[in-house]
Amino acid sequence: MSDITAALATALGLIARLDARLVEIVALSLQVSLTAVAVAAGLGLPLGAAVALGRFPGRRVLIVVLNSLMGLPPVVVGLVVYLLLSRAGPLGPLGLLFTPSAMVIAQATLITPIIAALTRQVIEDAWREYEEQLRSLGVTPRRAILTLLWDTRFSLVTAVLAGFGRASAEVGAVMIVGGNIDGVTRVMTTAIALETSKGDLPLALGLGLILITLVMGVNTAAYVIKEAAQRKFG
Amino acid sequence: MRRHRLLTIIGALTIAILAAAPALAQDKFITVASTTSTEQSGLFGHILPLFKAKTGIEVRVIAQGTGQALDTGRRGDADVVFVHDRAAEEKFVAEGFGVERREVMYNDFVLVGPKSDPAKIAGTKDIAAALKKIAEAKAPFASRGDKSGTHAAELRLWKIAGVDPDSGKGTWYRETGSGMGPTLNTAAAMDAYALTDRGTWISFKNRRNLAIVVEGDHRLFNQYGVMLVNPAKHPHVKKDLGMAFIEWVTSPEGQKAIADYKIEGEQLFFPNYRKDGAS
Repeated sequence: MSDITAALATALGLIARLDARLVEIVALSLQVSLTAVAVAAGLGLPLGAAVALGRFPGRRVLIVVLNSLMGLPPVVVGLVVYLLLSRAGPLGPLGLLFTPSAMVIAQATLITPIIAALTRQVIEDAWREYEEQLRSLGVTPRRAILTLLWDTRFSLVTAVLAGFGRASAEVGAVMIVGGNIDGVTRVMTTAIALETSKGDLPLALGLGLILITLVMGVNTAAYVIKEAAQRKFG
Repeated sequence: MRRHRLLTIIGALTIAILAAAPALAQDKFITVASTTSTEQSGLFGHILPLFKAKTGIEVRVIAQGTGQALDTGRRGDADVVFVHDRAAEEKFVAEGFGVERREVMYNDFVLVGPKSDPAKIAGTKDIAAALKKIAEAKAPFASRGDKSGTHAAELRLWKIAGVDPDSGKGTWYRETGSGMGPTLNTAAAMDAYALTDRGTWISFKNRRNLAIVVEGDHRLFNQYGVMLVNPAKHPHVKKDLGMAFIEWVTSPEGQKAIADYKIEGEQLFFPNYRKDGAS
């Protein structure tokens, strides 16, 4: 119990004095995860919608694959991205390993299937509802995808938030491809892992509480914006 | 037309990824693959700012086990390797992956264990005899099991003690497969013995019942070495900046910085670079 009280006190202390290193780590965490979400949404939303509406051989297999990839182990993603970006790997000359860009690539890889799979379900349900209408208007598949993505945008916010949650919470991938370098690639989750291994459990747990608060903040913001937009555009 | 738009999207995503590189990134930096003991004990936090103030070179440290750090160097993902396993380091150099290996400093390993001391070895000096007693008592022992420098040293000591720890696997000999800190956390939680470097032990906070039981045996000596990743194998290695770092840690100034690092008055690492290569 005393550990948990100490953790709370540590967390509040760090927040109260706006610890400079903490601010740096928080900023990098948000920058990496939000960029990864933007990239993953850019790929996952159209991909999910295309799979929902497309009729092509192997579609069912693809759906099962997409759904399974939602459970990709972060450490495996980290390892694959590491091998690709390593100097000895195919993308080595880019020199991206141990940079925030590498972390974005790993997280985007991890969450694109999540966003795509959830989008596929949402769009497929909406398609069932609007199919006749859209068909009678004779819209092209491309147009239909864009229409449905727009019409279901409020539901899709949840898909994107699920991706953000996964990205900001994972440690396995960013640890491997980022290297947890102080001041360069150290984010909240790798800092927590580091403090745990130093045996400073109150500080580790305190950082954990701050991370959870941050994620709640992002989700609250998304919820408020969604509500406001829903009222305005219905 | 459609392909054109696709290219635009891919381009935008690429820019997004690259834009994530922080503005604070500097050109003048080197990547050093090192061990958890040097990073987590706070040594690098103490000496690297001094090095940067002198040369303007930023040092980015990846803290890994010695085996993994050497592998990072082997793949060309670091400019300098700073580790503690002489046999593995010499192999690394012999295979042509490293050059300019120098011995920089040492500290020692200590055997920690629960205060209840089931193997009755507290205060003894002979590490081989102590390990033998642990095996005979089948007292829990937490091993790194991760090919780190400390793991290699532990396996050498078991060999000297004439014990095959694999015989206790699944019962008293427990491989955590993780770093020094996590292994100490595990040992603290299950009242196990563990071999650790003194630096990590001094800065480790979650000790619970653990205390040092055996120390001072000359076989617990722990030498750290530094080397440049061979630019002939990996042309992108920052040879000049990397050598500047190696020169500095082995210079009187760098050696003094190492000696000056203390936690609660206790010196963690002892500089011992000698030009003729002996130590």
